[in-house]
Amino acid sequence: MALIEIKGVTHAYKTASGPLPVLNDLNISVPEGGFTAVVGPSGCGKSTLTRLIAGLMKPDTGTVMLHGKPVTGPRATVGMAFQNPVLLEWRTILQNVLLPLEIVQTKLTRAEQQDRARHLLSLVGLSGFEDKRPSELSGGMRQRASLCRALIHQPEVLILDEPFGALDAFTREDLWQTMHKVKEKEPFTGVLITHDLRESIFLADQVVVLSGRPATTQYVLDVQAEGPRDLDHLYTAKSADQLATLRHQIAVAQGRASEGDAA
Amino acid sequence: MNALTSRAFLAPIIAVLVFLCLWELLVWANNWPNYVMASPSDLPPAYAKYWELFIVMGWQTLWRTVVGLILAVIVGVLIGMVMGFSRIMRDALYPLLVGFNAIPKATVVPIVALLFVGQHDFNTVLIAFMISFFPIAVSVSIGLSTLEPEYRDILRALGASNMTIFRKIALPKTLPEFFGALKVAVTLAFIGTNLMEIVSPHGRGLGALFDSGKTNSDYPLMFAVLIALAFLGIVLYYIVVWLERTFAGWADRQV
Repeated sequence: MALIEIKGVTHAYKTASGPLPVLNDLNISVPEGGFTAVVGPSGCGKSTLTRLIAGLMKPDTGTVMLHGKPVTGPRATVGMAFQNPVLLEWRTILQNVLLPLEIVQTKLTRAEQQDRARHLLSLVGLSGFEDKRPSELSGGMRQRASLCRALIHQPEVLILDEPFGALDAFTREDLWQTMHKVKEKEPFTGVLITHDLRESIFLADQVVVLSGRPATTQYVLDVQAEGPRDLDHLYTAKSADQLATLRHQIAVAQGRASEGDAA
Repeated sequence: MNALTSRAFLAPIIAVLVFLCLWELLVWANNWPNYVMASPSDLPPAYAKYWELFIVMGWQTLWRTVVGLILAVIVGVLIGMVMGFSRIMRDALYPLLVGFNAIPKATVVPIVALLFVGQHDFNTVLIAFMISFFPIAVSVSIGLSTLEPEYRDILRALGASNMTIFRKIALPKTLPEFFGALKVAVTLAFIGTNLMEIVSPHGRGLGALFDSGKTNSDYPLMFAVLIALAFLGIVLYYIVVWLERTFAGWADRQV
């Protein structure tokens, strides 16, 4: 059974000029330990999707299930990271990473919590920055710290809403590799919202293409790769084919090409 | 004391001395008599003659200003919280608050004085409060309403209550704006206190001392009161700066 099961989800926002449908009969299934990337034209409701999975919102119709149980509200088994690292500036990096443990029940002692935070920080390459303030770190480093905070309470599901979107290309590729390292050491089931097709096939094992608003599941790509891969993976013939397919699907979603056109 | 801190202390002191010299020079060059404008050299005799009054009256002004300010902080933060968290309350209260703030407080002074006749301490604190809560309410409400939703989401997604989110994120994040407003409120509260002290008969505090200087045509005394008020204002202002450094020092990127 899939860990995350999104079935026939339809959702509309209430606006002054009537309901604005954003999701229409959306179906996504993510197996336990899987990593699914969601791509689609901007404004197609990708962020709405993350809020539904996190239990911050309820769909109008359809169900979002975790372990076969419908999601009714926020749960402590979710970790989130956004494009904006939203670190608390009055806290040190270590205190920022520890924040979720102040909310979530934990069996760890204070010392064990700190050890775990330090371990995560070293995993993403932030050893020695534990006592720095967020304002003393670069954008990439802040995003790494934000990732540690999302993982500190060992969530089952990690929701990443364009976490690398605001970084420069080199930093981004660096973080992609960090992600693989983290997933190997700290297993989670991931949902990644992104605009970057290369990122989607480099990190995920399944890529879901959403259509334009209201978004529905337009295409699902099996990346046919699991676990860590290096950057060369992006330059194989298979990856080139997959990228061409995804690009075509995005063009269809944007209404620039029709389904029948050659990719 | 290193070069930086000595600069931080010496620069304002030198600025004050230069200001006093220019003032003295201005009066001297124009050959103004005391009833036009007193000069800094007239002030020490005035302080020496009335030092007991300055201490007693200064204390009255100070404590009533501080009490008014504390009330302004409590009420201002509460109003700010209500407006910051509720869109409806923000829409409902803003015109009322702006209208209230647009009324010159000098016109409210006689109304308050008539409303609570003889309650001089209470009236003074009330005016100090009324004049200074507005910037605090506005800044807290803006600080809370402009909190990026992601900040709320990282804790809400874990099942945190609104109170926890307020305590751990919204409150500390609003502190820099709050202290910015408090710096404005400090000087406003002094204006409020003195309005009441000057206007109401048989008043107390430095305002009343100013008024008696006016009645007795003791011009150096009037100027001495003004300088004493400025001094108290500076002292309170720097207390706020110290509090800001202690509680919201993280917002200062210069250190």
